[in-house]
Amino acid sequence: MLIFEQSQADRFNKAQQPGEAIALSDIPSEFRRQQRVALPGVSELQSVRHYTRLSQKNFSIDTHFYPLGSCTMKYNPRACNTLAMHSNFLGQHPLTPASNGQGFLQCIYELQEILKEATGMRSVSMQPMAGAQGEFAGVAMIRAYHDARGDTARSEILCPDAAHGTNPATATMCGYKVREIPTGDDGDVDLEALRAVVGPQTAGIMLTNPSTLGVFDRNIKEIADLVHQAGGLLYYDGANLNAILGKVKPGDMGFDVIHINLHKTFSTPHGGGGPGSGPVGVSERLLPFIPVPMAAKTDDEYHWLTEKECPQSIGRLSANMGNSGIMLRAYIYARMLGREGLERVADYATLNANYLMVKLMEAGFEVALPGRRATHEFIVTLKKLTRETGVTAMDVAKRLLDYGYHAPTTYFPLIVPECLLIEPTETESKEEIDGFIAALCAVKQEAYDDPEKVKSAPHTLPVKRLDDVRAARELDLRWTGEESLIKSG
Amino acid sequence: MPFIPHTEHDTQQMLDAIGAKNIEQLFDEIPEALRSRGLDNIPPGLNELEVTRLIKQRAARDQPLICFAGAGAYEHHIPAAVWELTTRGEFYTAYTPYQAEASQGTLQLLYEYQTMMSSLMGMDLSNASLYDGASALAEAVLMAIRANRKSKSRRVLIPTTVHPDYRRVVKNIVNNQGIELVELDYCTECGQVMVDSLAQYEQSDYAALVIPQPNFFGNLEQVDQLTDWAHDHKMLVIGVVNPMAMAVIAPPGEWGEQGADIACGEGQPLGIPLSWGGPFYGFIACKQKQVRQMPGRIIGRTVDRDGNRGFVLTLQAREQHIRRSKATSNICTNQGLMVTASTIYMSLMGAEGVERTAMHSHTNTKALLEQLTAIEGVKRRFSAAYFHEVVIQLNQPAAPVLEKLAKAGYLGGFSLATDYAELGDALVVCVTETKSDEEINQFAHAFAQALR
Repeated sequence: MLIFEQSQADRFNKAQQPGEAIALSDIPSEFRRQQRVALPGVSELQSVRHYTRLSQKNFSIDTHFYPLGSCTMKYNPRACNTLAMHSNFLGQHPLTPASNGQGFLQCIYELQEILKEATGMRSVSMQPMAGAQGEFAGVAMIRAYHDARGDTARSEILCPDAAHGTNPATATMCGYKVREIPTGDDGDVDLEALRAVVGPQTAGIMLTNPSTLGVFDRNIKEIADLVHQAGGLLYYDGANLNAILGKVKPGDMGFDVIHINLHKTFSTPHGGGGPGSGPVGVSERLLPFIPVPMAAKTDDEYHWLTEKECPQSIGRLSANMGNSGIMLRAYIYARMLGREGLERVADYATLNANYLMVKLMEAGFEVALPGRRATHEFIVTLKKLTRETGVTAMDVAKRLLDYGYHAPTTYFPLIVPECLLIEPTETESKEEIDGFIAALCAVKQEAYDDPEKVKSAPHTLPVKRLDDVRAARELDLRWTGEESLIKSG
Repeated sequence: MPFIPHTEHDTQQMLDAIGAKNIEQLFDEIPEALRSRGLDNIPPGLNELEVTRLIKQRAARDQPLICFAGAGAYEHHIPAAVWELTTRGEFYTAYTPYQAEASQGTLQLLYEYQTMMSSLMGMDLSNASLYDGASALAEAVLMAIRANRKSKSRRVLIPTTVHPDYRRVVKNIVNNQGIELVELDYCTECGQVMVDSLAQYEQSDYAALVIPQPNFFGNLEQVDQLTDWAHDHKMLVIGVVNPMAMAVIAPPGEWGEQGADIACGEGQPLGIPLSWGGPFYGFIACKQKQVRQMPGRIIGRTVDRDGNRGFVLTLQAREQHIRRSKATSNICTNQGLMVTASTIYMSLMGAEGVERTAMHSHTNTKALLEQLTAIEGVKRRFSAAYFHEVVIQLNQPAAPVLEKLAKAGYLGGFSLATDYAELGDALVVCVTETKSDEEINQFAHAFAQALR
């Protein structure tokens, strides 16, 4: 049932009314709303029960193992939420003077320092509100750098073919043409292909290392040298930072600018699709262009740096300071783990991934790059299974849901056929991983014994397999009260 | 180690299965020259008791001021159930609902949100959210340029009565694509854009006109005339509006003869705490014919194999993970959890609740204005009708007055001296339904003291 189907026009929740209705006689009628807003008329209990029940139709980290490659679905410690929701943080208007927010500013400043140390960058700004906005900030800084030098002929950004879709989309938003570079058979960027396309038109390259193929690109130094020699800059997509915390720093690999997804490596919640937070780090040469406002410290006072102090900054990307509440959660997480805990993150994320990969290979699964170490994630390709049974990676993913496991990432990266990108994270136990292995083996067996069962999965969830094609063809994006041909659920 | 469950025995068994001597060996593909030597500048870890002590000490230094400021972020009452439900693990720790069958809770909620938000805006449909109000306006500008087939222009008209930081953000985002923002002046007597001042723009081609409602001064713009003027000159109309105001003020869909083409803004007033400015969420709504130009995630209703209804992410062919460099935007993550809170908020308040919240905010502001303008040296600056913010003119610089008010425990408003120097010593103040008559009296009294 939708909340609207429980609604009565004249029912309302008395406890939430601020007072009686008042006539707005001093606002001329031409400015007033004609048609009343169609919000549901339900009691508080009806609403609470409805949304509690809806929540129970979700998989989540708190309820299920969630081995979603490239998404780092690790445990989100409850303390981070509880403490970040202290009323003295929640009650602060963004215009509050810094002198009334020294406690908060200190947290943000120290988080910037922690992220500098973790990434080896010269400075970090918390302004971007998500990974893709961090990417935007990074590429906008690359553009500002070239422009400031009068080097305006650079029109291209290079991206590996295995890159996240946000990389090429961001380059376009910053007014660049995108050129894809192929990946070699060993999973590393094809250096010959890179040599062939890098040149005076190259503004920069966007890379993830470890790559989206779940391997560490061993030629990163050569790539950095090639691009730098051509006058381009290197952008590091921090999607996979969890794999290398404390082991190797993007700054040391030669990157000029990076973004970090706090909702991955620093365990802030994914929230059903956000809010994220995508802080950017810069090397010395991009320092003048870093986005503001950012937290700064003078003597023992914390304050905000703005466009006034940073005139060459690419400026602000949000009306306020970015996703402040998410930064607090990341800060609390980083302080709980501390230096030794953060180093252990990469250790155990990598141990779990390699263990899971080896066990799946033993069970007859084909991995995309069998000669390579897994990083924090790896790719299984099901092309043989698909050929022999007609069961696809999507079918396997849906059937895993019946076994109580969230599906791995499917069909990404685009260059590996019928793939599952699997990332267990460091917070899962050996028992949980063993259970997942058993489930994948069971599904594989079913694909041979009873392929229809897998192809028609899931069978035990609140709904059966949903019709995506119909959703796109017969668009229904809001409730209008008519059921049309659709049967009520 | 915090949050890592492995026993020594587990670790050894796993290493044996891999055939590695130790964990360090798993990193042997990283070139030795690049290896870092730890994270020495990060402090050692704290247990939950210790970190609680630390954060509580920090929070204790930050007593919030009593809020009489708006300027883009508004303090409203939030029912207790909103965040109790929103922070349930099933909402809080779920991923983007790509696996629809395992995400029906989030997907149905977002479909309900799209229904509520499109109704609030008087528009055909809404997406499932963007980052914040300012970046939503930037996306709306990009969308209008894609959608306006009658115009070849990459120029957009934007009044200076739009929030100054919104204008900065829009510029910072769209200027990389060669899009030009042309600023429109306002009438310094009435505090709104005058339609008869627009004749000078009629001879050139512009893709869109942005109309704020209420504007940054809290005033109501003449949206009907502005919308019709823009449509007469082949521009699309983008409304950037306060969603709480739209409970009682005409929403973009009702503007002029045909209504605005795109509505966007900051969703924070609907159930999101002030929280130092974030996380908030941006909303965007449009007419049916523009749906394929919409950025960000959209949820659609469909059926499952048995014909029962269900919900999925739809029209994904617009998005970066499918279209890559040809996507409508690079946006991926949105502000799902904030929309969860807002949807629950709107269901708990109902139409009656948001209307009364808007009404009480307005009448409280009116009450404060009467008290402030009774003080010597304080005048109302503009003549236009207002919603729940209003500009007052002082007989002395606003910044020191605000400092004195802060010492007295008040966030007294936003000084216009930097962004609107032409207005002299002016201040925009805001009152919502959260303030009692007594609190308004006390603030007015403190204000009079601060002016002395």
